[in-house]
Amino acid sequence: MSEKLVQALRQEFGADILAASAYRGDHHVTVAPARVTAVLRYLQQRGGCEMLADVIGVDYPDREQRFDVIYYVRSLSAPRQVWVRVSVREGEAVPSACALWRSADWHEREVYDLFGVPFAGHPDLRRILCHHEFEGHALRKDYPVELGQELSAPEKLFSDHDIARAAHRASLAQNPTGAGDEIHPSDLLTVNLGPSHPAMHGCLRAECLLDGETIVEARAEIGYLHRCFEKEAEDHTWAEVMPYTDRLNYCSPMLNNVIYALAVEKLLHVEVTPRCRVIRVIVSELSRIIDHLVCVGTNLVDMGALTMYWYTFYVREAMCQIIEKLCGSRLTTNYARIGGLSHDLYPGCEDEVRTKLRMLEEAVRDVVKLAARNRIFLDRTVGIGAISRADAVSYGLTGPCLRACGIPYDVRKVHPTLDYQEYDFDVPTGEDGDTHARIMVRLAEMVQSKRIIEQALQKLPAGPVNVDEPRVILPPKAKVYGSIEGVMNQFKLIYEGIQVPAGAAYGCGEGANGELGFYCIADGGGRPYRIKVRPPCFPIYGAFTHIIKGGMVADAIATLGSLNIIAGELDR
Amino acid sequence: MAVDLANPGNFLTTRLRQAINWGRKYSLWPIPYGTACCAIEFMAAVSSYHDLSRYGAELVRFSPRQSDLMIVAGTISYKQAPILKTIYAQMCEPKWVVAMGVCASSGGFYKNYGTLQGIDRVIPTDIYVAGCPPTPENLFHGLLLLQDKIDREGLVASAQRHGEQTG
Repeated sequence: MSEKLVQALRQEFGADILAASAYRGDHHVTVAPARVTAVLRYLQQRGGCEMLADVIGVDYPDREQRFDVIYYVRSLSAPRQVWVRVSVREGEAVPSACALWRSADWHEREVYDLFGVPFAGHPDLRRILCHHEFEGHALRKDYPVELGQELSAPEKLFSDHDIARAAHRASLAQNPTGAGDEIHPSDLLTVNLGPSHPAMHGCLRAECLLDGETIVEARAEIGYLHRCFEKEAEDHTWAEVMPYTDRLNYCSPMLNNVIYALAVEKLLHVEVTPRCRVIRVIVSELSRIIDHLVCVGTNLVDMGALTMYWYTFYVREAMCQIIEKLCGSRLTTNYARIGGLSHDLYPGCEDEVRTKLRMLEEAVRDVVKLAARNRIFLDRTVGIGAISRADAVSYGLTGPCLRACGIPYDVRKVHPTLDYQEYDFDVPTGEDGDTHARIMVRLAEMVQSKRIIEQALQKLPAGPVNVDEPRVILPPKAKVYGSIEGVMNQFKLIYEGIQVPAGAAYGCGEGANGELGFYCIADGGGRPYRIKVRPPCFPIYGAFTHIIKGGMVADAIATLGSLNIIAGELDR
Repeated sequence: MAVDLANPGNFLTTRLRQAINWGRKYSLWPIPYGTACCAIEFMAAVSSYHDLSRYGAELVRFSPRQSDLMIVAGTISYKQAPILKTIYAQMCEPKWVVAMGVCASSGGFYKNYGTLQGIDRVIPTDIYVAGCPPTPENLFHGLLLLQDKIDREGLVASAQRHGEQTG
């Protein structure tokens, strides 16, 4: 499908498509900066690629056109996706895609922040992950990985001028004719939510201007948990990146492990064993359940329903015990390996999973029973924090938040990896895209995940969990201590890393919050040249201020909880 | 503390310091400064299965002005550091700080341009809890160590510490 799209682009734009390439099934087209907007518009309006899922920056210091900016656009109904590449010199601007997609705003700001590529026509080109006193651009190859820069004081998000403008706009909205009372700037109260506020779930920050309890204007600021995953990845071997992926979405680390391994395996052209695939499905779905339990439990606490928190966390604890037995750690699992898994399931694991899934079913039933007809719960969630379908697509939402709007986009169905097409499961959707729909979609998804795990347990085949491929998998210890080849193999893999052939590929899967992807560029060596994470939370939080504007400030907190923003993944 | 043998029903004799420290160590009011993965484990430590309240530190306050124990759970970035400093300054004396996990203790395996290499570079820290993230049991161990430390402190220990810090 993607090939046809590239052919159509060539027909439409002829020589303006400077190059087109396909590698491991991913299609890239290169265009001149002047034509990029036209190409993107064509893809959006006539090519059926309705979502701008990511914007990727790459630095090649030896080239004259030093930077690549890559727009990743995709369809939500079919496996149709294309990467549009623009190469620019230092200081040369790329036309912004903000007029086409709202998600372009934050994605382009990130490229500007980390690479220093300017975007012409961008409405608000500021730093986003690094702080405002930061000098230089961190992901350029010549920026040293350890060079930290201290910040003297946090940034204010609203100037007096902004507040005056917001007051004027609010007055106009209230009295379009100009009659009646005007809202004076001093009537607006600036409330700073976060970044250390407990209700802001980690370190998210949003500054709101309130008229009474109504939010008239809001701005979000991120980067408070910017742990430089992408820079660290360039400084480590492919295998060493695995523990860093744990800490992206730390509520569901297994999913990150598995999807990262899939991405590198795609570059390596390695197919994992059938048993490994099934185990990966089991741990992924367990992880998804744990993530949803944390999200729903804490979200309901935000509305005062503490009982649900006890119910959900009790089951979560039971699930964590499985994870702990499996890999020695409750949260940071580091379980998947490129080409397999760190080890097989422990004896008795299958039975334990079955028992604990029964507990889950009970807990979900209890939570639904307590919440579904509860007046306070319904008043706080139905119709609150809603986002329309068109906006959800424009902002790049994926996962439960998008499905709550009624768009059944699930990577497991559209781009099945790990044989997901062989499992029988539904994609729960909502209708209104509000807080209520998001919570209900998550609750329903847990039941579907349970179904998947039951099917996986049933068909769990025997056999090895690792591929028989010495250039990828470490040799068994007996071989390391017993033969010179074994020692050398181990030494090469540890010190030089897995040698990944040069090229770029994108591996993705359905993370707990949506499409999680790793766009990996290899230069033929043992370390990644560049890894760009496509974190589902980043575009979702980009839409947050849009969602809460016009609502009550207390609802903003409940809305945030239902979006389930995980700062580790948002800021990387 | 000891029971006065002459009047066993009515009196306990002790030192003022011990009595006050006894009260302080078993009624810690923590404020979680949760930023990352460790905060999730902190939630597990508070919730029903592990239950932090068994150690007298369950009254989690979300205002620094009501708390005397700050549990820094998670990575602190350079962007976050000035905020951490402000919040610590808002807590009343006596106050203690637990660095939960390796990121808060030393930056952990994030030795890079964005991560503060340990919170003790900006605020005085009493207890460092190892682990990435620490299990709830690990955190409880840290809490017990802190209780021991409080028990040994003089009445003005934290004021002295504060004095040393500024002077």
